[in-house]
Order: sequence, then structure tokens, then C-alpha cells
Amino acid sequence: MKTNETINIVFAGLGGQGVLTSSDICAEAAFRSGQDVKKAEIHGMSQRGGSVTSDVRIGGRIRSPMVPEGHADFLVVLSADQVEVVRHQLRPGGVLLSAAAIDPKRLPHPKSLNVALLGLLSTHLQISTLIWLDAIRANLPPHAYEASEHAFLLGRSLAPKTA
Amino acid sequence: MTTGNRMFLSGNEAVAHAALDAGVALATGYPGTPSTEILEHFSAIGGRAQWAPNEKVALEVGVGAAFGGVRTLVTMKHVGVNVAADPLFTAAYTGVRGGLVLISADDPGMASSQNEQDNRHFGRAAGVPILEPSDSQEAYDMMALALELSEQFGSLFILRMTTRICHSKTVVERRAVPAPDRKAHFERDIPGLVMIPAFARAAHRRLRERLGRVTEWAESAEVNRVVDGDRSLGIITNGISFQHVLEAIPGAMVLKLGMTYPLPRQAITAFVNRVDRCVVVEEGDPFLADSIRAMGLDVEDKPEMYRFGELNVQRVRRILSGDTSPEPVPPKGKPPQLCVGCPHRQTFELLSQLGCIVTGDIGCYTLGVLPPFNAIDTCVCMGASIGVGLGLRHVLPEEEARKVVSVIGDSTFLHSGLTGIVEMVYNRPRTGHTVIVLDNATTAMTGMQEHPGTGRALNHSPAPQVVIEDVVRSMGVDSVEVLDPVKQRGALEKAITDAVASSDLRVIICRRPCILAAAKHKAAEQPVAAPVE
Repeated sequence: MKTNETINIVFAGLGGQGVLTSSDICAEAAFRSGQDVKKAEIHGMSQRGGSVTSDVRIGGRIRSPMVPEGHADFLVVLSADQVEVVRHQLRPGGVLLSAAAIDPKRLPHPKSLNVALLGLLSTHLQISTLIWLDAIRANLPPHAYEASEHAFLLGRSLAPKTA
Repeated sequence: MTTGNRMFLSGNEAVAHAALDAGVALATGYPGTPSTEILEHFSAIGGRAQWAPNEKVALEVGVGAAFGGVRTLVTMKHVGVNVAADPLFTAAYTGVRGGLVLISADDPGMASSQNEQDNRHFGRAAGVPILEPSDSQEAYDMMALALELSEQFGSLFILRMTTRICHSKTVVERRAVPAPDRKAHFERDIPGLVMIPAFARAAHRRLRERLGRVTEWAESAEVNRVVDGDRSLGIITNGISFQHVLEAIPGAMVLKLGMTYPLPRQAITAFVNRVDRCVVVEEGDPFLADSIRAMGLDVEDKPEMYRFGELNVQRVRRILSGDTSPEPVPPKGKPPQLCVGCPHRQTFELLSQLGCIVTGDIGCYTLGVLPPFNAIDTCVCMGASIGVGLGLRHVLPEEEARKVVSVIGDSTFLHSGLTGIVEMVYNRPRTGHTVIVLDNATTAMTGMQEHPGTGRALNHSPAPQVVIEDVVRSMGVDSVEVLDPVKQRGALEKAITDAVASSDLRVIICRRPCILAAAKHKAAEQPVAAPVE
């Protein structure tokens, strides 16, 4: 995957949902695929249930680590009540991927929603499944591998096969 | 992670890697967002790192190690430098033997801080050179460079980072950096290291001469570089703002100052003279703008409204077009709150019920200010709960004075609450005073770091433990009680009620581990795997 245009992704949700972990996995997958990548986040208060966002910028000539407002190509939102809080980040024509896309009953573990949404996001990015799975393993503890891979593949199977 | 020498690192991780590669022998500091991960990462990759009880002690330990001739790293958040200011200003006089770098991690926008002070002022006030990286690669390179320069000039150096540099991840090329094999040794130098007035007078002159040599170096240093472009607009910038500028105005002529103190006057003059219009774009105070204007140069400053908060690409565009119209306000997110199951909740419920005037402190428990508790009335700085509470006790009418209670966390207490207790014993208010130590056995706010009261070292291995109740008792307070706020809620209610009704000096320690830390400690007790690079 090599693009001349920067792909801007904003992850959002509440502290404890795995927003930062999912942005770490995404940025790592892009890094492993040989792209330039920058990732920004604000943490510190993140574990106390407040709103959390994290920006990932992939490819092209990236300068600022923060996605300029209204320039997100993808908005990945882990908590339904946070969609309106961050919608202004999305560019016109950008893609919203929200928790609503995933049937919670099909998740192998309630905590794996973040990785399932990465599976869905992955259908829009040209990074191989193998690299995604490596990036997941690099960012999660071994006991979470199996459920995470399952969740990732679940998310990946949900998108229309056009990517 | 790593592929070859190419790594994807946060600014904090990059500093830790550079410190390891450049042979830092000892790293110390006090946890504080956004600086905390530097020492944790340095330890994880094999460096020797330890938490000090506060930033003043950390810098003193660092100064001692550097006097001993080895490379040393000291880390803290911006407000930590206030605590460490005393050794900072005189270590600037003595200078150092081994390289000493002080990380000041500033927090413009206050993601997790009580103020947004701009610590470049410290560099100028103390006479300590400052380097400022604009991404993780520069954090890596400048950390190594700062150690080299520190030894070359015999001065400690400040590496000033900001939240976006500390916590953003960018690609880093790990390089071969000089790592001299320095053997620790103390060389007696009484006039150089003993700052009595007679010796300090000469040391002050040496400091200014040293800064003159650093300025000369800065005139042609690569860290201060010009990005060539259209001469109709020149921008002078630093740190993260440099990245925003390149994105907002591609093609502009830019002077990027990697060293923001002391400033290269000739290089700046030459740049300003080359462009038609020159604007200074910097986050925080107009530090560069004021300094450059003081050189007699005609540069534009950002409008006052952009002094507040972080800059970003949109704000840089607004600055350059002189746009001072109100900025769009993004929808409000959900504020953080005390965790469900947080042991502080019970204490705040009681303080709220009892109608206490609560002088608070710095930590998770400051969230006790929010509904439904509304149980914090003041919050100033680390340790201030006790002093501010005593001040109120001294001056308020008796009935009101009795309601004043100070609350302080365990890590904060060991950081700077001890002297507050000494003050309480020494200058005893007529109505006595009540101090509640919210002891959750960790430094929770910054991510569950160890401290001298936890019985574990920075890397979570067993360590000697300072026992808060023993220390407080020996200082001479009238009574000390240790209670579990969840299991002994009734007893806690009685303890607080009795304490405020009496004229005693009472310390109540509410002890119950942080629910987040409990899981982490369990994990730490598992066998430790070999460090991974």
C-alpha cells in the first residue's frame, strides 16, 4: 500500500473502550506496511470514562500529527453516544464506521468491539490481513489474540466486497 | 515497534531510546502527564530508572550523578519544574561534568494539568539552554545532541517537549549516536561546586560566558534551520507549530528554531531581512516574538486569543490571515469521572453530606469536584491542600473554620504534603485541623506509577516502603487513624465528624487500593519476560 494522498482516520469513544489501542493497532499496521504514519492522542484522563479521540494519518506527506477538523476520511466511533460529538471531524463524503455496524451478539468478547471495527475499517485500506493480525498481536496480550482475530475477521466480513 | 533501524515511537519513547543509545547511566523524575512514559520506557528497554518523591529531589539526584561524571536524565511535567526550580537555578551556575538533560513536558491546552505555563521562561530566567523537538525523530536526535552539548559546554540542558510531541507517534530512524564510556568519579572542585557567595559570584560570570558560547554555536547550528520558500511570507516557529505551519502554508519560507534559548540573533536578523512579512507562530506565550522584537526586529506576533490552548493547522491559518473572529466550539464530550468502584467515592460522599469546606490537591481525586459530589473547594498545586486548609483555618470565624478539611492523595502526600504537616504541628490553628490522606496505594492519575509508599520500585520490583501513618505520628499530630472507606464507612463518618468537632490535629488515612491498580499489580507479580526492543 502506497498512496500519495494522506488518509486521515479519527477514532473516538469513551475511556476504557479501547480507542487508543485500536488507533495503535491501525497506526502499527500502516507502519508495518511501509507507509509514513503519524498518530496523535490526548490521554491522561482517558481511563476515567471520559471522551477519548485519537488521530491516525497514513501515507503522503504528513506534517501535523493531528487530523485537521473536517478532514477525516474515516471516523471510527466505538460508542454510539459519541457519534454526534465527533461528527464534525468527518469530511463531506467521508465514511462513518460506528459500533452500530457490529451485532454485539456476534462478538467473541464484549471488549473486542474495537478490533471488530478495525476489521471493518481494514476493507477500506490496502493493508494485508496478515499485517493487520501481526499489528493486533503486537498491541494486545496473548490471552486476547484468539478473540481479537475472530472479531477482526468478523468486522472484515461485514463490508461490501468492493475494496 | 521496529523494522531494522526504523521505529514507530511516541516522543517519550524516542527520548528513552536516545537516552539508552547515548549511555545515560541514571534516569530519575516524578510522574506527570505528559512526561511519565519516558522513565517507564527507559526502564522497560533496560535503562536504570527510578521515581523520586518529587521533582526537586529528582533534579538534585540528577545533578549529583552529573557531578559524578556520568550522563543523566531527569523528567517531569511543566509544573514539576516549579518544584525543581531551586536546584535548577544554581545548577546553572555550577554546571555539570557528565551530560545532564532535564525534560520539561509542557501541557498547552491543559489536557491534564492545572495551568498551561510556558517553561521556555525558565530557560531564560535560569540561563539554561533549551532544545525543542517537533516530532519523535527530533526528540530522539535532540536528546542525544543535548547530552553531547551538555558535556561540550558544561551546562545542563532543557529538552522542552509538549503534550503533542510526547504522546504523538511518528517514524524514527535510530542512528549511531556518540555514547562515550564515562566512568563515574568525583573530582574535587570547591570553587566550582560549592555555591557560597564568594564562589557563586564567579560562577554567575562563568554562566553568562558559557551562554555566550552556546549562542555562538546556535548561529550556525543545524537545529536552527531555514526551509526555503516564497519570500513574501516568512514564518519563525518552533516545536509542534513547525509541523502545523508546513501543512497550513506549504511553500512558505520558514525559520525553524530547534534551540529556543539562547537565540541566534544574527541568523534571525538575516532571516527577517530576507522576507517581506515575518510572522512568529508559536504555541503559548509570545516568548520568541518578544525576544525577537527586543532585538529591534519588526515581526508580527499571533493575536492574543491564540496564546490560549494548543495550536493546530486551522489555528495557524487563522493566525496568518489575522482572523480573530470567534472560533467554532466543538460539541462537548463526556467529562471524565471517578471510576465506578473508586474507593474515593465514599469519602467524597461523606464530605459532601457533612458540608465540609474541602481544600483539594492534585490527582484523580480532584474529580471529586464534579457532580454528584461537588466536594472539592480549592485546588492549586501539589501539596497545597494542607497549606491552603491551614490558611483558611487561621482566618475564618470559628464555626466556618471547623468545617475545613484537607484531602490529599498518597503519592501527592509524599511529594509535598509532609512539610504541610510540619506547618500544621508548628503553627497550630486554634480550631485544630483535619487532613484526610486518600491512600489508594498508587500514583493513579498518571497511570498507576509506584511511589515511596507502595513498597515497589519503578519497575514494580519490591522496594523499601515509607509508611505514611508512622511518619505522620512521629511529626506530632494528635491522632492518626487508618480506615477502609468502603468496608468501614460508618467508622469513617464518625472519624470525620469527631475530627471537625474537636480542636485536635487529626490525620485520617482512607486506605483502599485503586481498582485499576489492583489488576496491574497482579500482572506485575507474574514472572517478568525478557525486555523486548
